[in-house]
Amino acid sequence: MAKYTEDDLKVELENKEYEYGFYTELESETFPIGLNEDIVRAISLKKEEPQWMTDWRIEAFRAWQEMIEPDWANVNYEKPDFQAISYYSAPKKADPNKTLDDVDPELLAMYKKLGISLDEQKKMNNIAMDIVVDSVSVATTFKKTLAEKGIIFMSISEAIREYPDLVQKYLGTVVPQKDNFYAALNSAVFSDGSFCYIPKGVRCPMELSTYFRINQAGTGQFERTLLIADEGSYVSYLEGCTAPSRDENQLHAAVVELIALDNAEIKYSTVQNWYPGNKEGKGGVFNFVTKRGFCEKNAKISWTQVETGSAITWKYPSVILKGDNSIGEFYSIAVTNNFQQADTGTKMIHLGKNTRSTIISKGISAGKSQNSYRGLVQIGARADNARNFSQCDSLLMGNNCGAHTFPYIESKNSSAKIEHEATTSKIGEDQVFYCNQRGIPTEKAIALIVNGFSKDVLNKLPMEFAVEAQKLLEISLEGSVG
Amino acid sequence: MLQITNLHASVEDKEILKGINLTVNAGEVHAIMGPNGAGKSTLSSIIAGNENYNVTEGEILLEGEDISELAPEERAHKGVFLSFQYPVEIPGVSVTNFMKTAINESRKANGKEEMPANEMLKLIREKSELLEIDRKFLSRSLNEGFSGGEKKRNEIFQMAMLEPKLAILDETDSGLDIDALRIVANGVNKLKNENNAVLVITHYQRLLDYIIPDFVHVLMDGKIVKSGDASLALELEEKGYDWIKQEQEA
Repeated sequence: MAKYTEDDLKVELENKEYEYGFYTELESETFPIGLNEDIVRAISLKKEEPQWMTDWRIEAFRAWQEMIEPDWANVNYEKPDFQAISYYSAPKKADPNKTLDDVDPELLAMYKKLGISLDEQKKMNNIAMDIVVDSVSVATTFKKTLAEKGIIFMSISEAIREYPDLVQKYLGTVVPQKDNFYAALNSAVFSDGSFCYIPKGVRCPMELSTYFRINQAGTGQFERTLLIADEGSYVSYLEGCTAPSRDENQLHAAVVELIALDNAEIKYSTVQNWYPGNKEGKGGVFNFVTKRGFCEKNAKISWTQVETGSAITWKYPSVILKGDNSIGEFYSIAVTNNFQQADTGTKMIHLGKNTRSTIISKGISAGKSQNSYRGLVQIGARADNARNFSQCDSLLMGNNCGAHTFPYIESKNSSAKIEHEATTSKIGEDQVFYCNQRGIPTEKAIALIVNGFSKDVLNKLPMEFAVEAQKLLEISLEGSVG
Repeated sequence: MLQITNLHASVEDKEILKGINLTVNAGEVHAIMGPNGAGKSTLSSIIAGNENYNVTEGEILLEGEDISELAPEERAHKGVFLSFQYPVEIPGVSVTNFMKTAINESRKANGKEEMPANEMLKLIREKSELLEIDRKFLSRSLNEGFSGGEKKRNEIFQMAMLEPKLAILDETDSGLDIDALRIVANGVNKLKNENNAVLVITHYQRLLDYIIPDFVHVLMDGKIVKSGDASLALELEEKGYDWIKQEQEA
């Protein structure tokens, strides 16, 4: 132990495998690779969708074909070949009318490995879960308890069949089909995701949770989440993600739409741990996600994210503050290590009077990674007395990584108050030695320092998630000081 | 307790310690004094295991065991404590959380269970009273925005919590006003017993008015050039260091 240096530690940890990198042998039905109108129709048919849905997809697909993949983000990668991906893969035994007893035991074993035994979830945690493997939703727990309150929580495919009016009314209202390249792609080929509706005045009694996993090779995951909080309701929603370790890059292009009607509140938390690629930067998930919320009068939407995974992250959870007195919040921890690249941040669009937004972004870069914060605060002409506070802090480890901040501010109203603070710091050898001297080993010292740095954001996570997030931070960064 | 034999150390090929010999027994207080640049802080860093210094020769024994190859945390687990001259800030980590982590890491290394929360709270209450520390202070981020005096008092609080065998106080008096100095010194005196030892590193005599050393050593140009009892410190205060230098050259 005496000669065990930080360098040894670094080597050991670099070789440490991604904990969730297993692949489960599931019998899957996977579409041939490639994308054309027939594939889009086939997905729609497979899901037994109504005609309007098929048309909506086709419209999106046609728009997508005319669009160009954006390249303004501060990331470098080889653009995915969209004709080399399969757009639909489903574990064969998934049955839309399932109960837990019907779930494939192999699947259940996989969940167990992920630490999310459904049985356990059912009994111990007050969390209702929807689990999406590859393209389809395989299990939704707690459906009955929620139904008693009038809460609808199911896969979006089911919702399209069972509540077509609700879906049709809101789908694409926050993120239109043609919003951007990936959103258009998602609109054309999304295969599943979660749908949630909280009725007027209902406070959802438990955390709702979706767990996403890419299992099958050569597939993309395009899930779509639609969450509607009706007037005066409240919901807290959690989202977690993992994928097997693969040499090739996997594509994940999700769309999340949140709608908070008058006086409603939505708290949306994400712990994203997609496979980040190996230490040479091979493989890993491309995470191109469009997340946006829409606030009516006095409504509040709060995004909290802990991003430790993915080779490339391109993600800007945003809030459109249309209603007067509405509130948008964005709390983010983005960790990049090895060759990971993240370009993430938020957009706060102030349209209503007295709207307020808060942005707290904590970027942590290690290895040879690049971590960028990109944010837009926009104050419309009618948004009297709008206020924004932004704080962007970066923490660097070692000398080979980068932290970047791109804040954009556009104000068309002179009564607006906008504050922006930014800091960059480095974990110092002297900090680590100080901890060592008190008996705290280097690995633990780094975790402690990082947790301290991230505390403002970690505090915003629901309890169950905060612990998991803290552990994730430790795993992602172990041995990265040297 | 501590036995240092013929210790040579360098940083970036520059030799700073040139053959230190020092024996500290349990129950004793030793003071190391000397002019700036004599190697006082280097000595304390090396005992604590700072890897920026290379030990080129000699050995450091703690209770008969050579610790010179051990990692700093392993030395801490064996009971070495260093009160830093310039304690670092760790934003977002409260003093309490930091201490809890430190204590449990040491316990883990020594094959013990984590300290139960109620015991931890009791210990915190006891030690903060001993050092006249307002407990609100303990929920603040470690050293962040602390005054010079608060930082030093916090160091002694940590020492009280960790109950080391060997405590090294590196220039603990610098930056302290007279009241803070008294509180810190009283704390150290209360913590002192038959089974531990204290090594006080200081530039001035004034701390030694409160913490009375059994032995005083003068460190100059990387070597201990003179040793004596508490009266040596007074003599140094009066005459400065030059006369020793002259004595050496003579």
